Amino acid sequence: MADLVTENRFADPDRAFRRLIEARRGLSPETAAALDARLVLLLANHIGDDRVLEQAIHAAKAAMKAD
Amino acid sequence: MNTPYATFRYTPSPDQMRATPARHRVVIIGAGPVGLSLAIDLALRGHAPVLLDDFDRIGEGSRAICFAKKTLEIFDRLGVAEPLVAQGVSWKKGKVFQRDKLLYTFDLLPEDGHKMPAFINIQQFVVEKALVDRAVEVGVDLRWKNRVCGLEPQNDGVRLNIETPDGEYRLHADHVVACDGARSPTRALLGLDFPGEVFEEQFLIADVKMEGDFPTERWFWFDPPFHPGGSALLHRQPDNIWRIDLQLPASADADLEKQPERVRPRIEAMLGHSDFSLEWVSIYRFRCLRLERFRHGRVFFAGDAAHQVSPFGARGANSGVQDAENLAWKLAAVLDGDSPQSLLDSYDLERGEAANENIAHSTRSTDFIAPQSEAERLLRDAALALATHHGFAKRMVNSGRLSTPTAYAESPLSSADEREWARGPAPGAPIPDSPFEGGYLSERLGRDFTLLVADEATARLAPPGVAVLVANEAAARRFALSPGSGYLIRPDGHVAARFHHAEKGAIRAALRRARGKAGEAA
Repeated sequence: MADLVTENRFADPDRAFRRLIEARRGLSPETAAALDARLVLLLANHIGDDRVLEQAIHAAKAAMKAD
Repeated sequence: MNTPYATFRYTPSPDQMRATPARHRVVIIGAGPVGLSLAIDLALRGHAPVLLDDFDRIGEGSRAICFAKKTLEIFDRLGVAEPLVAQGVSWKKGKVFQRDKLLYTFDLLPEDGHKMPAFINIQQFVVEKALVDRAVEVGVDLRWKNRVCGLEPQNDGVRLNIETPDGEYRLHADHVVACDGARSPTRALLGLDFPGEVFEEQFLIADVKMEGDFPTERWFWFDPPFHPGGSALLHRQPDNIWRIDLQLPASADADLEKQPERVRPRIEAMLGHSDFSLEWVSIYRFRCLRLERFRHGRVFFAGDAAHQVSPFGARGANSGVQDAENLAWKLAAVLDGDSPQSLLDSYDLERGEAANENIAHSTRSTDFIAPQSEAERLLRDAALALATHHGFAKRMVNSGRLSTPTAYAESPLSSADEREWARGPAPGAPIPDSPFEGGYLSERLGRDFTLLVADEATARLAPPGVAVLVANEAAARRFALSPGSGYLIRPDGHVAARFHHAEKGAIRAALRRARGKAGEAA
């Protein structure tokens, strides 16, 4: 079974980040959070692996503590 | 504050006494790093230009400090690099911090065997002084306090009106190159738009003098304890001068924030002491702007006059000097009759591609360093939070991607590969340096086109007027050369074409294309 990959997979990570920034340009924090929620569901379904999803939630929560 | 700007004497030119305007083949406007580099390059190619500057000293305005490897290779060819590299601070490593914690370290030139370092830090006015001395030495007609006040494009050239302390005079130029900076008066005289993005965040930029024991590295902080909520940069220059950049809120009052009594406490908080003197202070906003076209008939724009980027990434002066190099050999080829005027269109295409690349990098860095809203800041901070443990997020952290030369992927001067190459620089890409015959490959290029080949037999295929170099083992490795193969390299060190099995006809065709004569009969 596959594990969560956290090494870079983008050919151009700067371009990917810019795309995410542009998606939320001009949005309030609340609207951006609503957008993020939709994005999370779309990308989670695209991954389609419950185990990976669980690992991603774990990694995200760990990064909140470090914050 | 004391700044050792050199001053120069205005001396009237005989052109000012003439009843009819003198005619010159190339007139360059603006004696900054770009105009001076172009002037020296043209002079070394046998076409010493007239170089006009509206001032009589150098070093005004926001100043470059980071000069990249490609720029240093150009300076080397122009004959000024050695003392600059000796005097400058060579560096290649950087650290990025979040709050008080190291996020990661980077190394820009992990490969040995290059003559020039990844970067040197040196004050722009030191570079300009070296370039002025060299320009005079090679016969550039340098005219201080000559301000262009009128410019009239014609089919075969440009009429210029020039104001001097002795009054106005006229010149006729076959070609004009405007290297007159971000506020380019030439752009205004032609009524050209300079569209793009201006960002709200402001940055305080200061050069301070102190005894510091920080390493010779670029240090960048996101949200440091000494400057909460903002970003900060610390970078070493020669003579115990340190460059500091501090992000200010969009609402900050620029005039107020420039006052030493406001600047000093911010820097004291950063350094943890007050044992420093302020050498220079300024406030700027990020700007990413460009002219739609860099060529307007016989008028060309180069450097900040053509495109402007934000400073994190050292893409301003470096891309300007690379503009100059791109234009110099092409202008010389046209003046020598080796190439048609249409070759000069490729200047706009190639350097336009470079400007787009620089603006894209600069815009992305700006997005990361200075988020435009709370919603954007949340995403940026999430990337920073994940970066400690996850490689992908580290790659997204962007404190400025430092200047590298652009590969001209779209160039009409390049000939496409016939078959795939496993390694080596592709057509349009800048070549890597390599140790070569007790020196370096970069020292052996630049006068004209060069055919770099694997062996003596292939060397005999070079067309007349093309220099030939037979690769040693080190170069053969970097270029993935095998018996019978070779690279045709342009005077600016970019690849025109490469051949697995070089033969005369293909080399000649590639050379014609690279000289802008693709449409002409052989």
